[in-house]
Amino acid sequence: MNLVEETLKNAPKTPAQKYAAKDFQSDQDVRWCPGCGDYSILAQVQRVMPELNIPRHNMVFISGIGCSSRFPYYMDTYGFHGIHGRAPAIASGLKIARPDLTVWMATGDGDGLSIGGNHLIHICRRNLNVKILLFNNQIYGLTKGQYSPTSEFGKVTKSTPFGSVDHPFNPLLVALGAEASFVARTLDRDPKHLQVVIRRAAEHKGTAFTEIYQNCNVFNDGAFFTYTEKETKDDNVVFLEHGKPMIFGKEKEKGIKLEGFTPTVVSLKDGKYSASDLIVHNEKDTMLSFILARMSSIPDLPRPVGVIYAVDRPLYEVEVQRQIQQSIQKQGEGNLEKLLNHGETWTIQ
Amino acid sequence: MNKALKNLDEVTIRFAGDSGDGMQLTGMQFTSTTAMLGNDLSTLPDYPAEIRAPAGTLFGVSGFQIHFGSTEINTPGDACDVLVAMNPAALKVNIRSLRDGGVIIANSDGFNDKNLKLASYEKNPLEDGSLEKYQVHSVKITQLTHNALEDLGLSNKITDRSKNFFALGMMYWMFSRPLEPTIKWIGDKFKKTPEIVEANTRVLKAGYAFGETTEIFAARYEVKPATMIPGKYRSITGNEATAWGLIAASVKSGLDLFLGSYPITPASDILHELSRHKNFRVKTFQAEDEIAGITASIGAAYGGALGATTTSGPGMALKGEALGLAVMLELPLIVIDVQRGGPSTGLPTKTEQADLLQALYGRNSEAPIPVITASTPADCFFMAFEAARIAIKYMTPVILLTDGYLANGAEPWLIPQVDNLPDISPKFRTEVEGFHPYLRDEKTLARPWAIPGTPGLEHRIGGLEKQHITGNVSYDPENHEFMVKMRQAKVDHIADDLPPATTEGDEKGDLLVVGWGGTYGAIRTAVENKRREGKSVSHLHLKYVNPFQKNVGEILYNFKNILVPELNLGQLSKLIRAKYLVPAVTLNKVQGLPFKAVEIEDKIDEIL
Repeated sequence: MNLVEETLKNAPKTPAQKYAAKDFQSDQDVRWCPGCGDYSILAQVQRVMPELNIPRHNMVFISGIGCSSRFPYYMDTYGFHGIHGRAPAIASGLKIARPDLTVWMATGDGDGLSIGGNHLIHICRRNLNVKILLFNNQIYGLTKGQYSPTSEFGKVTKSTPFGSVDHPFNPLLVALGAEASFVARTLDRDPKHLQVVIRRAAEHKGTAFTEIYQNCNVFNDGAFFTYTEKETKDDNVVFLEHGKPMIFGKEKEKGIKLEGFTPTVVSLKDGKYSASDLIVHNEKDTMLSFILARMSSIPDLPRPVGVIYAVDRPLYEVEVQRQIQQSIQKQGEGNLEKLLNHGETWTIQ
Repeated sequence: MNKALKNLDEVTIRFAGDSGDGMQLTGMQFTSTTAMLGNDLSTLPDYPAEIRAPAGTLFGVSGFQIHFGSTEINTPGDACDVLVAMNPAALKVNIRSLRDGGVIIANSDGFNDKNLKLASYEKNPLEDGSLEKYQVHSVKITQLTHNALEDLGLSNKITDRSKNFFALGMMYWMFSRPLEPTIKWIGDKFKKTPEIVEANTRVLKAGYAFGETTEIFAARYEVKPATMIPGKYRSITGNEATAWGLIAASVKSGLDLFLGSYPITPASDILHELSRHKNFRVKTFQAEDEIAGITASIGAAYGGALGATTTSGPGMALKGEALGLAVMLELPLIVIDVQRGGPSTGLPTKTEQADLLQALYGRNSEAPIPVITASTPADCFFMAFEAARIAIKYMTPVILLTDGYLANGAEPWLIPQVDNLPDISPKFRTEVEGFHPYLRDEKTLARPWAIPGTPGLEHRIGGLEKQHITGNVSYDPENHEFMVKMRQAKVDHIADDLPPATTEGDEKGDLLVVGWGGTYGAIRTAVENKRREGKSVSHLHLKYVNPFQKNVGEILYNFKNILVPELNLGQLSKLIRAKYLVPAVTLNKVQGLPFKAVEIEDKIDEIL
């Protein structure tokens, strides 16, 4: 047993507690702008956490820099506000050292996909059991309104007065390309759906990547309103459910059908097509996951929202632990005396 | 044939060939056999950054120098007595390191027209008389290797590869070393390919027998064991010692070691060595980059691991921001910079001491970090351990500076008694009552280490300025200045906890030579030589650069002159002048090579 295990075993116990959302609220004043989408994300996370039955002291929220990265200060768990872009590396180190902890990460489109893009792809491919919430508002908020790596081509901002000539990242495709084992998308302005996806991410064993469309009402107000507001949402979003055909529209009158590899919208009203012609969502289908993620870059197609992809594969920290156990079984517990004296030695009288 | 056996006090040999000729391996074998005979020794591997530069070229030459003797040996030797040159390029690059009258053993088979041209020789130097101030022995090493193996039916390529063992065998004969340790090593190393074991063993023996029977070597030599402190010894390189020092710190602290690292020359061997020792629960994480290496280690330290990261200059530059984070978080972290020639990519495989100011100041704002240094390869063990001790006790990142010369150089090491290493285990905070993340220990000024998983101690830390005691985010102007001073005071106060600095030589005198890091051996040799001549010169070697030990000023003021030799343009000298207001004279060398003792001796003569 190392000193950490020994200390935690002997630490004074707190009585087992049935948590409520408020138990996850820290004593710090929340300092996001009034009306920011971050409030909803914080509230839904605090609402879901009690259901997980994990002691608060075993949870750690880690972040980088940016508006989203203030998240850990507001959670009454352990928290670590890191440096710009490096949250996935900090989380990796912590999770490898302490697989017993539940580790969540809050990041944004700038923090996660620009300065921290490298670390984000590597945590996904390694598949550490870390839950990543990427708040995508398609703008730099904390630095006051420059375009971000997810801003659309032509975006006029303070740093692009003539429009951005950057082609944007598709966060889902980045995560899928990096072989994340769980990839989902949800909406800040749909609390119920947000809760469902957070719950799914929490249950997943592996790196769970969730893109959250988040409104920055100061610098990029309404960027996602087509997908989040009552008037337009039904016709522009398809909510994914595993095993169910992809149907959307105000009166559930539209569906997504595959023509070759290309998804197309078909009407279910004119009798030509029925639900059986549509794509049936399968979270474990790798090829389908790429097609669904790509739909966001094709105009006139609805945005898929929900769990795009979820598969099981070996966990990095478990494999590390396995090698250690095997090594101990084979060679015995490390003995410093033996190490210093092994191999060629000689004695001087 | 009975040949004269001459006694020598000390010898320096340099093995040189193509980077694919196995010169490093040959040198290491000679080193380990020589160590086992009880000689004191010091080595200098000198190899190109390219893995296999085109054969026969000047930039592809790989060398390995060993200085051994029956007296105390502190440097790899100023000049070689024997140069083994496998081809013309090896001769050309290394001839300047051979003393006048020194011995050249050349593989004459390597001196063909093509290789001569590649080395820009117009005529064959072995034949044109240009080497007449040396004793030149031309040996058909390649041919003799083929002869020894002709009945084995091996390919030419494999046969050629054994020729370094012929050279090694000759040197074993010339300096009266036994073959058995290397034969055993060959058996272990190549056990999966018995034909290679057979080939290398045969060629080694053939080289030895050639020495015995040939007419060309008139004499062989004996170097008696050195007088060393009794005890059990092993040979160790700086990188091995660093890795083992970290393991020892893990054992003595009760903390699992976590190394986050990105491969970089010349530090990678620490990562390699640690990744072999998983039964010590060592976790090595080959990160996606230098920044991930250090930030993962900070994450691990937050969780209660002994976090470490290893790198060299360019990697150190990338870690700058994360070092500032570690200063702000006040978490223990060991950062090891194996210095190499710079700036930028610089000279990856060559040594230098030019990261000292980077280690002290290479971060934004006021970000004080203790900086300590290792003086010899084996000293890396103790200083890595010391880095961990300071980091844990004071809740701070600590930078340990070693260098390429220490990292790859080897020396005999009196194996320490494990029981003599102190207990450095921390006390994690578990008491809920009165807990504040930045409420400091009155004596050490360290904040409590409260690890996730501890009930009731949930708290948040981060890179934003902390409010004194509570650790909450604070933009208060007075608090910021208070915290800046507090972090500085914490590091400054570590001086109270350091052993006093000691001089070699006298405590007063005409000249004090002040060094740090890997120049120890060269300065020690130079100062001893000059003291033997009756000069009033002493040596102070600083292991702690930030903070300095408390008595350093007192020592400096006892000398009329101060000389600071460094492998940079004057960095320690700046610090000493600034802090102690003494007129330190500098001796600087930035050639990617260590000092020769004679270079320091000349400077001493100039001053005195």
